[in-house]
Amino acid sequence: MLLHKSDIDKIAWLARLAIAEHDVSNYTRDLSNILDLVEQMDQVETGEIEAMAHPLEIPARLRPDEITENNQKDHFQQVAPAVKNGHYLVPKVIE
Amino acid sequence: MHKKNIAELVQVLQHRDISSVELTRLVLERCTNINQKLNCFISITPEHALLQAKLADEKINQGNAGPLTGIPIAQKDIFCTDGVKTSCGSKMLDNFIAPYDATVVEKLNNAGMVMIGKTNMDEFAMGSSNETSFYGPVLNPWDMDRVPGGSSGGSAAAVAARLVPVATGTDTGGSIRQPASLCGITGLKPTYGRISRYGMIAFASSLDQGGPMTRTAEDAALIMNAIAGFDERDSTSAENPVEDYTQHLNNSIAGLKIGLPKEYFDEQLNPDIGRIIHEGVKELEKLGANVKEISLPGSKLSIPVYYVVAPAECSSNLARFDGVRFGYRCNDPEDLSDLYCRSRGEGFGREVKRRIMIGTYVLSAGYYDAYYLKAQKIRRLIRDEFRQALSKVDVIIGPTAPGPAFRINELLDDPITMYLSDIYTVSVNLAGLPAISIPAGMLGGLPVGMQVIGNYFAEPRLLNIAHRFQQVTHWHKLAPAGFD
Repeated sequence: MLLHKSDIDKIAWLARLAIAEHDVSNYTRDLSNILDLVEQMDQVETGEIEAMAHPLEIPARLRPDEITENNQKDHFQQVAPAVKNGHYLVPKVIE
Repeated sequence: MHKKNIAELVQVLQHRDISSVELTRLVLERCTNINQKLNCFISITPEHALLQAKLADEKINQGNAGPLTGIPIAQKDIFCTDGVKTSCGSKMLDNFIAPYDATVVEKLNNAGMVMIGKTNMDEFAMGSSNETSFYGPVLNPWDMDRVPGGSSGGSAAAVAARLVPVATGTDTGGSIRQPASLCGITGLKPTYGRISRYGMIAFASSLDQGGPMTRTAEDAALIMNAIAGFDERDSTSAENPVEDYTQHLNNSIAGLKIGLPKEYFDEQLNPDIGRIIHEGVKELEKLGANVKEISLPGSKLSIPVYYVVAPAECSSNLARFDGVRFGYRCNDPEDLSDLYCRSRGEGFGREVKRRIMIGTYVLSAGYYDAYYLKAQKIRRLIRDEFRQALSKVDVIIGPTAPGPAFRINELLDDPITMYLSDIYTVSVNLAGLPAISIPAGMLGGLPVGMQVIGNYFAEPRLLNIAHRFQQVTHWHKLAPAGFD
């Protein structure tokens, strides 16, 4: 699968990754090569096979709908880049 | 003291030949000196260690010591450690002080172990050489021009260099077994779900599994006894009862049925590695095992399937690193998009960005069926093949890696060749099976590992086979020159 620069721009935007302009050609080459490798999967006919998302065939575990966690907001916000009055700060979204 | 394994250290501690504080001081000094050469630690934590050692001594003096009390351990820097930097080998988390302990860490702390530090690793566990770490490559103690393997390269090098008797690792596509093979130590990747993933920074959640990296199978069993078991905080934790992993170590392996997949010994394998594995299998035959050839034709597709499934899950898991709640944040963002894009673009290294982009692409509209769904279907074929094979044989044996340790920078700019070095390990993760890598020979002065793959939850059997093998071979006793 040959990707183009425009594909890399689109993927990088979907993944919210800023890619330096001088690096785009490297990623275009590397990702094209990886997709070539991955396309060996086309050798296998997989029509009716059920997809397997997970190695253990166990049902999802349920628990009573009870509060089990304490509020540790202050503790967790100690590692935040920017907080004010208990809120995470981000650049202004609404003018 | 550094030459002793866990089982031996327990004896000297319990007989009070040395206190845990004295032992910890010796280990800290050796780690600090040798780390300057090998770069196997991201953090060494003397205050933390000496505090734990003091508590261990109190327990020993009170007669309340357990089988791991006072024993030094290193934690891979992927496990959250309360109050201690947990970087996952990334600039993204260079400033991250974990606010809680991973279950594995909590259990080992409760067992009285003494954490010496946090080991270096490929960034977010994405790599097979430890060269993608933000903190620089780890050097292989057997040859310091070579890589230790990855992603648990720091853990493998630290155990091989006799800095600590045990380190934790995690294995998503071979990240415990491959570095164990390249550094000449014992590495167990347990059944998916056996060890809690809580507090283990996620790479690919349906593949990730933590496990012990030690010099001997006996030591791995002792660690498994402390860390295995159900954890309600991990939504895919297995509820199966836990056995005493040391109980069956000495059992006879007479009558053991070993399958050798012909695909693991084809022309892609370095012939000298093939010879070493066959010699290892012969040792097991002498102990009464029977060998037959089997076929796992789907194994050749395990790399393509893995490099769809793992990046897809990684792109989703790593979406949490957004520069808002924790981790790296770019300077002076113009707006919210700029904050996300530049924090992630600057905080992640090249290999992590490659995998996030591949994952994003294979999950994107129009490509999902052709890549992600297709990979999940072949994943079932690979799993079914293993199941069928393991209904006829007890274990499957082959090489852990296609060659011994390669040179630093040899494959760094060639991701495809690097990916292919995972050929013998990734299928085990896709199927969720347990497997162990044990030292089985030397090639040009470098260690070579043999991989033993078992059925689901057959860790006691794998440890039994590995232990019996280690009783009749000396490969696991060899130490790299200068570190013995």
